[in-house]
Order: sequence, then C-alpha cells, then structure tokens
Amino acid sequence: MSILISKDTTFIIQGITGREAVNMTRECLDYGSKIVGGVTPGRAGREIYGVPVYDTVQAITSKTRVDGSIVCVPPAFTRDAVFEALAGGIQIIVIVTERIPRFEVAQMVEMAKAKGARIIGPNCLGVLSPDEAKLGGLGGRAVDAKKAFTKGPIGVMSRSGGMTTEMCNTLTAAGLGQSTAVSIGGDAIIGSTYADLMPLFEADQETKAIVIYCEPGGRMEAELAAYVVEKNSRLPIVAFMAGRFMDEMPGMRFGHAGTIVEGKADTTADKIEGIEAAGISVAERIEDIPGLVKQRLGMS
Amino acid sequence: MRFYEFESKKLFGMKGIPLPSGSRVAKSAAEAKEIAASIGGPVVLKSQVLSGGRMKAGGVLFADTPDEAVAAAEKILALEINGHAPVGVLVEGRAPIDQEYYVGVTWDGFARQPVMIFSDMGGIDIEEVAEKHPEHIAKRNFSTLAPFSEFMAKELVAAVGVSGGELNKLTQITTRLARTFIEHGLTLAEINPLARLADGTFVCLDGHVDMEDEARDGQKALLAKLEIDPQEKRQARPPTKFEQDGVVVDSADHRGVAGNVVEFDGDLGLVIGAGGGSLTLFDAVRKHGGRPANYCEIGGNPSVSKACNLTKLILSKPGVKKIAVMMNVVSNTRVDIVARGVVKGCVELGFDPAEKIAIFRIPGSWEGDGFQILEHYGVEYCDRSVSMFEAAGRAVAKMKDA
Amino acid sequence: MAALFIDVEVDANIAKDADIAAKLVEVCPVNIFAKTNGDLQIVEDNLDECVLCELCLNAAPAGKVKVKKLYGPKQVLVRKD
Repeated sequence: MSILISKDTTFIIQGITGREAVNMTRECLDYGSKIVGGVTPGRAGREIYGVPVYDTVQAITSKTRVDGSIVCVPPAFTRDAVFEALAGGIQIIVIVTERIPRFEVAQMVEMAKAKGARIIGPNCLGVLSPDEAKLGGLGGRAVDAKKAFTKGPIGVMSRSGGMTTEMCNTLTAAGLGQSTAVSIGGDAIIGSTYADLMPLFEADQETKAIVIYCEPGGRMEAELAAYVVEKNSRLPIVAFMAGRFMDEMPGMRFGHAGTIVEGKADTTADKIEGIEAAGISVAERIEDIPGLVKQRLGMS
Repeated sequence: MRFYEFESKKLFGMKGIPLPSGSRVAKSAAEAKEIAASIGGPVVLKSQVLSGGRMKAGGVLFADTPDEAVAAAEKILALEINGHAPVGVLVEGRAPIDQEYYVGVTWDGFARQPVMIFSDMGGIDIEEVAEKHPEHIAKRNFSTLAPFSEFMAKELVAAVGVSGGELNKLTQITTRLARTFIEHGLTLAEINPLARLADGTFVCLDGHVDMEDEARDGQKALLAKLEIDPQEKRQARPPTKFEQDGVVVDSADHRGVAGNVVEFDGDLGLVIGAGGGSLTLFDAVRKHGGRPANYCEIGGNPSVSKACNLTKLILSKPGVKKIAVMMNVVSNTRVDIVARGVVKGCVELGFDPAEKIAIFRIPGSWEGDGFQILEHYGVEYCDRSVSMFEAAGRAVAKMKDA
Repeated sequence: MAALFIDVEVDANIAKDADIAAKLVEVCPVNIFAKTNGDLQIVEDNLDECVLCELCLNAAPAGKVKVKKLYGPKQVLVRKD
C-alpha cells in the first residue's frame, strides 16, 4: 500500500507550460501517473506531451474527477493558484514553488485546513509511491526514479527533496523498499510536518518503519518526538541529521529557508537529544540508515 | 533580515506606536549633540549594532547635557561590540519609568499561525519569564485569513490581569504591532521593554524587527522609506567580496540556483548542492578533516552558464587548489548540465578539468550523458554506489598531494 | 568561447521556411534559435545550454534538424520518421 497517492490518483499541474513543469509532466507520465490536465492562464488549447492545457482549474474539475494538483507557478502567483485548487475541491496540493512569503504560506495552510484538504510543501519535490505514482519531481525521470525508489515497508519523510531520493536510493540498495516517500519541504511553515503525516503511515499496514531527514531550525523534530511519545507509535523511526556544522554558526542561514540556528532549540545537538529521548535512532551517516532500520525491525 | 533599533523604531513610529521623545539616529558626535539639545533634558545614547549585550559592552550611556552627549556619542561610535562597528548612535529622551511590559508578535511553527505574546514583566528575556513566571505571560494565535481585530489583542493583554485605562492603551499598541507584522512580512516584531512612564503614557524603549528575505520584493517601498539597501543581506556577519560575487553569479539568470556562497578559509572549493545535500556534504568534508574554501548550494537545475560562473568564482579564490563537485542523487537538477558547467568553468580559466576537479559525485537525472562528458575530459567521477560521505573522503584525500 | 558540448545543424532549405523557423524559435526553451532580419540564426552562446528536449527535432520535417553531442562516442540526435 501507500499513503496520499496511488495508481488511481488523478491530478493536474498548475503552471504546466513552465520550463520545469514541462519536464515534470513528462516524468510523471512516464512513471505512470494520471495527469488529467494542466493550467496556464491564456494558454488553453495547447498540449504538453498530450496533456490538454486549460485556462482555469474549474474547466477541468467541472468535467472530471481531480484528486490532486501540483502547483508549479512563480512565488507571486502561488497563493492564488492554491486557492483556485482548493476552490475546485482538490484534496492534495503539492506546492513545488520556493521563496513564497511566509504569511502567504500560512494563509494557504489555513485555507486548506478549513477545506479539509492537505498541502505538501512548499519548496518540495512532492510525493512518490513506488510502482503506484509520483506527484512532483521526486526521483526525476521515470527511469531514474525507478533506480532509486522501490516498493517496500519504509515510510520516508524529508525536509530536503534531494535527500529524499538519496536516502531512498540507499535503502533500495540495502533491499529496503519504500511504501511512500514524501518531500515535505524546506520552509519554516509547511503544509504537512512529520507529525502530521505519521497517522497516515500508522494506518498503512504495509509500512513497518519510518526514515526521516532533519536539519537545524524549527520545531518539527520536537513536534514529532512529542507525537511519538504521546501516541506510543508502533513505527520505529530512524533519523539522519544534517548541518551539524551550523551549531557553531548561529544566525547564519544555510540550506533551506527554515534552516537557521537562532536559539539552542534550533541546534542539531539539541534536536538529536530530543528525538533520541523519544526513542528515535539517529544515524551519523546516510549509509548507516539501513543497518539501523534492520536492527529496529529485528531483521539482523 | 534584522533591523537596527533605530529602523525598528522608525517603522513603529510610522505605525503610531509611541516612542521616547526626540528619538533620532546620529552618525556623528556633533549630530548627537544637536539632537540632545533639541530634546532639552536627560537623554540616553545607544549604539546601533546588530548584536546583543550592548549595555554590558558599554554601548548604552546616559547624558544630562548636550556636552555630556557629545562625550558619550564619541565613546559609543568608537566602540566595536562583538566585532560589529556601530552604524550610528540613537539619541532619545529619558523619563522616569513606572513599569515595563513585553509585547511581541512572531511565528508559531506548531500552530502555523502568527502568535502574539504579552507580559507585564518587560525588560528581561521573555524565555526566562516563560520559564520562571508563566502566570505573567500570555500567548494568542491569530488567523492569517480573518481580518485582525482589536479584541484579539485585548484578550491577550487582559489574560495577564491588566485592566483599567492601561488595558485600552496596551490593546491599541499591541494591535498596531500585530498589523505591522502582517502588513510588512515580518517574522518578528517586538517591543521590549514597553514602558509606562510616571505620567501614565507608554513608550517603546527598545524594539526588534526581523523581515524575511522572501517578503523583501513586496516591501520595497517600506525599505526605501527606512533607507535600507535592497541588496543588504545582514547575515550574522557582513558579506565578504567573494560572497557578494556569489550573489551576482546567482542572480545573472533565473534558471535554477547556484547560490548562498559562504566563504571559509580552506583550500578545497566546494560546488555542492542542493539545500540538504550541501549541509550533509559540508559535514562530511569536515568529518574527514578537509578544509572547505566555501559553502554553496546548487539546485533547481541551474543553467550551464550559472554552474560555469560559480565554478570560475570558486576556482579564482586565492588558496583554492581543487574543487569537489558533489550532490545527493539528483531529481530535477541534471547531472549533464552541471557537468557541462563545471568542465566549462575549468576550461575557460585555462585549467585541465581532470586536474582541478578532485571528484565529481552527482548521480541521478541524466547521469548517462553527464558521465560521458566527465569521461571525455578525464574527470574522476562516481555513481550512486559511492556514498556522499565516501566521495567527500576521496576529495579530501586528494588534497594531501595537491 | 565556442560551444564545447552541443552543436545544432539546420538544413539550409528549412532555415528559409518562415513558418518552420518561427516554430523553432518558439519551441526551444533555451533560445538556441533566433530570427534576425527574417533569417534563422543559431545563437552560439546558447548552444551549451541545450537540454536535449528534442522539441526542435519535432518542429521541423524529419531529418532536417540535427543536434550533435560533442562528447563521448559520436552521437547525433535526429528524427527519422
């Protein structure tokens, strides 16, 4: 099984005629995803690799079921695009765009909550369920994505899109496939945090363990630790913590928008202490992850 | 981007938040004297640096006469605090204080909404109040969709037991602060302390404002009014020439990112990415005992010319012997495009790519073409079977003979 | 500096066809084609930016546009049908 998406998920791409979106359309189609349309205002009637382009989301939702949307428009237009998708009743919205002002992100998240919809991102590469579908750029071309991602029992969540693929590739090489991999996004405010997605993985009987990628800054890891303790989660978790050098450099922004050490709670040292106390295993190197997972699953 | 105190106060003043009498920034001692004379009474002079611990360092002085103000301003302007030279000295009237409060607005990462924080114990670190006197602090989230309404601020202030005329005055100030936060893309708007003077009026004694980089495009008018250069980064330390050149490379075209170049003093140039991969690789290089010459982030599929210019920038940095080109398994960034960029950068500077590139470890999208390019130029590369950590180790090992 | 990695060849007769020329200019995402004074030009500075999308091959009759990789074994991208 998988979470969030499956073979049958129908979705659209907002901003489909842009350079990166064109690429992504081809990748998703090749992977077997069902793209039922694209939206770029003023470009109705065109086709991108056979996917019809429309001016509005409504033009698609009025005639066919649309489960998800990938929003791939410039930052200044993203909020409007997300509101349009939500107004169209779309349930899963993957926001690829980065550099969106935080207030606008919060508005989108709040609107999605009111509509009972889910946002993944912003500043993410989307969701991939091996052998099912991919919504977003995760894994790149279908042929490449199939090398890195294989079906299996590990749920993967990562603040870094690139590291999602890197970790899945390492898991795959060790014979550990993935149920679903989610690039949750690198901004300070995102639609779905580790703790938000945990209940979905809990409910998915195929998922046996979780692997996450963490960074300095924010409270997402603390939120996950609190969740794990409070809900007594059945899923063992292995975490990789990047950016240890940043502990010595407070106030400097590295990596993603949300990655900065402003106080003690932002440091990798403090975060590692917090998640270890909640029973989460921390890997020193990416290549140590599979061993720790197998150990936690009693496989070796 | 953190604002200087005088900029924060200028912004607050524009929004109707009361400031100490005559509050103005002086660039020279003579100017400070003029401001003190126009205030015509006891003044406080405060060093304008983006660093904490001003009081302790001697960056805050009092003066009763304009002549005393000159002496104080001279001292302050000559004083570096934690390596930061002041950009000026803020001069403002000093009056007896009855009580100090705290009011702030920031982001609540758990609720994913802004949060207002109020305390009737101002002037000290708010974290400390939260820990030791939780009954003296109140917090309240507010919606980003519903219009902000004054009652939200009133509920907050009333929650710590403030009533009477003070409640109304504090509600008004808190409302103005919250609206400033919303309107200008701030990540922090804080008044600490907010003082009630002996005459019953309130003034903002010290203010902190942080604006996120993402909001700056939409805030050009405000930044111009505050005379803040749109290019100013205000990281924890001023940017170096090398870092400024990095910004130029990244902004040359909109295709992808080759940015956040940060200077270090080592000999191994790093062309690394993306956001998370760079953090992981920088840690790995250091773990192996390597000495990075820089940090950077490539991602989002930069153009060949961008990767090329970044390579040239790093290779031209004095002391750089080789570069390591490394990323996580890439999805949207293309291996062949980055390979073309770094090879071209070497060639255009007259270097042999095989000699200058210590290792190329970017597997993933279009790796077939990428590896063909590297083979053609004799560059050592590795595929996904070699971990990021291992690749960093190979680059560091090569530096021993460089 | 001359392009190191990519060369593009357009059949001389095709280059004179205004419609096809316009289409080539439109489809190329990295502006390798330009029209100056009605003539189709190859923009040398942009050749190395080619993303191998093959949209130009599809915009012209089969075999009339060739994209050559200048690295590795001799490789020419050309539409056959």
